[in-house]
Amino acid sequence: MDLTTLTLLETRDLLASGQTSASDVTQAYLDRIAHLDDKIGAYLRVNPHAAAEAAAAKTGTLAGLPIAYKDCYCTAGIETTAASKILSGYVPPHDAVSVARLKAAGAVTLGKTNTDEFTMGGSTENSAFQLTKNPWDVTRVPGGSSGGSAAAVAADLCVAAMGTDTGGSIRQPASFCNIVGLKLTYGRIPRSGVIAMASSLDTVGVLTKRVADAAAMLQILAGHDVTDATSGQTEVLDYTAALADGVAGKRIGIPKEYFSEALDAKVAAVIRAGIEKLRELGAEIVDVSLPHTAYAVPAYYLIVASEVSANMARYDGLRFGPAGSGENLIETYFDARTRGFGAEVKRRIMLGTFALSAGYADAYYKKALRVRTLIKQDFEKAFAQVDLLAAPVAPSTAWKIGEKINDPLQMYLEDIFTTPVSLAGMPAISVPAGFVEGLPVGLQIVGPQWGEPQILAAAHAYEQATEWHLAKPVIQ
Amino acid sequence: MQISIEEVRKIAKLARLHLTPAEEEMYAQQLSDIVGYVEKLNELDTTNVPETNQVTGLTNALRADEVRPFGHEAALIATSQNPLRDGQIQVKKSI
Repeated sequence: MDLTTLTLLETRDLLASGQTSASDVTQAYLDRIAHLDDKIGAYLRVNPHAAAEAAAAKTGTLAGLPIAYKDCYCTAGIETTAASKILSGYVPPHDAVSVARLKAAGAVTLGKTNTDEFTMGGSTENSAFQLTKNPWDVTRVPGGSSGGSAAAVAADLCVAAMGTDTGGSIRQPASFCNIVGLKLTYGRIPRSGVIAMASSLDTVGVLTKRVADAAAMLQILAGHDVTDATSGQTEVLDYTAALADGVAGKRIGIPKEYFSEALDAKVAAVIRAGIEKLRELGAEIVDVSLPHTAYAVPAYYLIVASEVSANMARYDGLRFGPAGSGENLIETYFDARTRGFGAEVKRRIMLGTFALSAGYADAYYKKALRVRTLIKQDFEKAFAQVDLLAAPVAPSTAWKIGEKINDPLQMYLEDIFTTPVSLAGMPAISVPAGFVEGLPVGLQIVGPQWGEPQILAAAHAYEQATEWHLAKPVIQ
Repeated sequence: MQISIEEVRKIAKLARLHLTPAEEEMYAQQLSDIVGYVEKLNELDTTNVPETNQVTGLTNALRADEVRPFGHEAALIATSQNPLRDGQIQVKKSI
């Protein structure tokens, strides 16, 4: 039996029954990576100690399960670059809190996956180091910024992966790669040790082969940590038990603004079929309005760029990454940053610097913060009428590598259905819902703040009533 | 609004980035396009709408003001690729 085809829960059961060993599971994935990843480019680096970690006796609910980490997660002793040259050679001395929690539960670190540089992007093409290909069509992008993690899960190059979602960076690649992508409520999982891009929007999340796998990982990851002042004190619930709650009797709102001309007609048809399936499963389908939807992308990119300009200021060629050179201190900053940052990072730093500068901050940054309030209120009003929302994840399926990279604004517009949820801080999941011309399409289910149990239950019911998630890519 | 080359030069200097003349042109165009697009927010009347800085609903996540030993100073300093001296990172003079 090919161990790499198994889900997280199937692997766990096999390990628990003694029919396989942690070493065999990790070796199976390492062998598959060695055999296939040159075609996909999901991994920036494989953990040289993975086999040794697997061989060491482990206890915990994730014992012996090999996990891949997006390269913005600090992993002690393993180079962490956020796919940027400015962090080449940076080896963190500490694990991120989320990494430490998974390791404490017995997980094995398989390696670090590719991302857009500092998670800025929607295709993983902004990585300073390599391209990642979509396993469903290697001439196409896997989505981004968690494209490496998504491709790794889709191609069975790990049992599950960690990613981050700031404006869609877990949901969209999950949609493009036919896997489950879970974006949590902002603050559900501590961000400590995850390299920051936009601190009021960044979330830690998971990419998995099944909804139930995501629930199992969430159980270990969720909960407050004193090192993250934004981490929620809200009770950690039993996410696996919640799966059985299903979706019957739930009121599901369909935001009418999400079915605009921007949404590809064939993708819309897949989403509508998905909504019909939810109705068959006993949900009550209701039309709702999120009137400020069209303003989410501009508000999002102003807030993100502003926060980026602050978060990137720490990269000064002094403490991490290659040393800057120059005649004096300020020249070393210019040198390290000019050589170390790629174009999208520079673009966002400059946009943010502009948006925060005296004379412009009111009209741009603060305006965006007020619009953020309006967008958040749209969701709060909707959730007063319905339990969940169902919507597309992305306006299209995966595009060709190189197709959008020269038009940054066009790339930003791909985020129309994911950024509103991010601005509001709500949880959402992308679950496989069908194909358009052989390319995957995910259905997005959105919940109110701390609504992880409900979105997992609905997504699980949908998944188990359909077969889209069973399809696997044939890698050429 | 159009972002001029002069504006780009000012911004780049604040952000500690050197740009080539070709990059100045490119970023001026791209930033102008993006800023022009985000000005769509002006279609909305946001008078009396409060700003949202963060969505947690939390305020002042505090801890007791107690000194706790850190113990990992050497490991942290070791991540620098600059010369070290006496547990400190050696840098060029400021002026």
